[in-house]
Amino acid sequence: MSKEKKDTVIDKSIKRKHKLQAKGVKVFYNDFMAIKGIDMNIRANKVTAFIGPSGCGKSTFLRLFDRMNDYVDGFRMEGEILIDGENIYKKKVNVEQLRKQVGMVFQKPNPFPKSIFENVAYGLKIQGIKDKKFLQEKVVASLKQVALWDEVKDDLHKSALALSGGQQQRLCIARALAVEPSIILMDEPTSALDPLSTAKIEELIYELKEKYTIVIVTHNMQQAGRVSDYTAFFYLGELIEYDKSKKLFTNPEKQQTENYITGRFG
Amino acid sequence: MRKLKEAIIEKTLLTSALVTIAVTAGIILVLSIEAVNFFSEVSVLDFLTDTEWTPLFADKHFGILPLLSGTLLTSIIAIAFAVPIGLSISIYISEYAPKSFRRTIKPALELLAAVPTVVYGFFALTVVTPFLQTFIPGLSGFNSLSAGLVMGIMIIPFISSLSEDALHAVPNSLREAGYGMGSTKLQNSFRILVPAASSGIIVSVILAISRAIGETMIVAIAAGQQPRLTFDPTVPVETITAYIVQVSLGDVQHGSLEYRTIFAAGITLFIFTFLLNTLSYQIRKKFREKYE
Ligand SMILES: Nc1ncnc2c1ncn2[C@@H]1O[C@H](COP(=O)(O)OP(=O)(O)O)[C@@H](O)[C@H]1O
Ligand SMILES: [Mg+2]
Repeated sequence: MSKEKKDTVIDKSIKRKHKLQAKGVKVFYNDFMAIKGIDMNIRANKVTAFIGPSGCGKSTFLRLFDRMNDYVDGFRMEGEILIDGENIYKKKVNVEQLRKQVGMVFQKPNPFPKSIFENVAYGLKIQGIKDKKFLQEKVVASLKQVALWDEVKDDLHKSALALSGGQQQRLCIARALAVEPSIILMDEPTSALDPLSTAKIEELIYELKEKYTIVIVTHNMQQAGRVSDYTAFFYLGELIEYDKSKKLFTNPEKQQTENYITGRFG
Repeated sequence: MRKLKEAIIEKTLLTSALVTIAVTAGIILVLSIEAVNFFSEVSVLDFLTDTEWTPLFADKHFGILPLLSGTLLTSIIAIAFAVPIGLSISIYISEYAPKSFRRTIKPALELLAAVPTVVYGFFALTVVTPFLQTFIPGLSGFNSLSAGLVMGIMIIPFISSLSEDALHAVPNSLREAGYGMGSTKLQNSFRILVPAASSGIIVSVILAISRAIGETMIVAIAAGQQPRLTFDPTVPVETITAYIVQVSLGDVQHGSLEYRTIFAAGITLFIFTFLLNTLSYQIRKKFREKYE
């Protein structure tokens, strides 16, 4: 870890152990400190789960990695967030470019009120890609990736809003995958879904980690245990414990963590 | 005692509702009766196809087309001017401006709609027309161009305010979805938010058109009173509303054919605005079904 920190030469071809890093991160909403100084390294091609009681700052912290808090009134940050060793809060960073590298899946499925095809093609189209054949191929591949293709292949030009909640959420994942990100952030992606749809998404997360670095916020500890390699427990804006999921759920170091995972929590 | 009070209040409310309905029905009835009387003397075909409108002259013609073209021309100019500006303002306020700015600018813009239209009319006649004449030498003192432009200024707040409401009502989750995909602000505004708010925006434009077609003072003052079948914006024209004012203020004898022309013109206007309002109602209803 210390070797990583000293590494200032940026070479994307070197596969880094730590895809995402936070250094001394504090977040304020006006005067309220929501994140109280967090250092964290998140591994490449693993699934990392963020758990913790509601309001502890999981979403705030997650959204730092694609600068989604930039639009929030009163938001202010201190410290550094690095992706592939580069500080993404530097002035000259192209935020749009950054977000193509970092896909985001939200708590409530939020497909655009457009057709299924247009939803998946959107990210490519705004990059100026017009090649019909390429778009078609990419849309099909992305829908297959999330196992939605068989369900929608005859309805590509129907409104995405007609899909079920679970299908919409998989569509949103397909939409994010279509622009070939290397990181996928998910903020409680299954909390609005039924158990069957949840199972499908969990399965999908398992498959995706081959190619992507995934961070998932969840308040469902079984889910964190099932899908994640690493788990981070947050409490009141602080990172309390961060370890291999197996370790954290069976033998936590901190009393607070144990209280939370055993449900004894005030 | 309480019961009695409630009963009185209830009856009062009911009565005011009924009076409103009765007045509306009465207006439609009078319009219709007088229009029927008019059309017993002038054929509907002549009314719709004759290209001259000269009911006050010795050689009488009763073609509505010149008044209709005057109305459409001034309204089209107004809309063509107001839609791009109003929509830009709404996008700016909703997506770009800081929240505090939104709170001050919206009421300020709505003030534009509160300026008496007679003031706009004189502004068009005495400021805009002379100004435009420096660029367009052939521009008449009365013309549909400046009347249309000033009418456009008047209806900008209708469009900007209602469209801004529609944009503002788009759920934040869609905004975030767009940004999350790497949209710039401009792409997010035009590819996600405007389409998502399109029904509200269309309704705002329809209401603005309706307002423009019914507008009277500005066109009566600045566009002239010469019924003329033309789409030349530099010459004087007369709109349906301006004609009604002209005849109502003149000394035309009650019950005469000339007098009845205003009802024929009025019902034409009524049909237009009624259709537009119905259309906007339908769109709003569909919109509500989609999002609830
Ligand atoms: N836009 C905001 N403005 C002010 N405070 C906020 C805002 N968003 C979140 N907060 C506060 O920051 C803290 C962390 O919120 P959040 O990151 O949403 O927590 P979690 O996702 O863990 O439930 C909470 O106390 C919340 O009230
Ligand atoms: Mg949250």
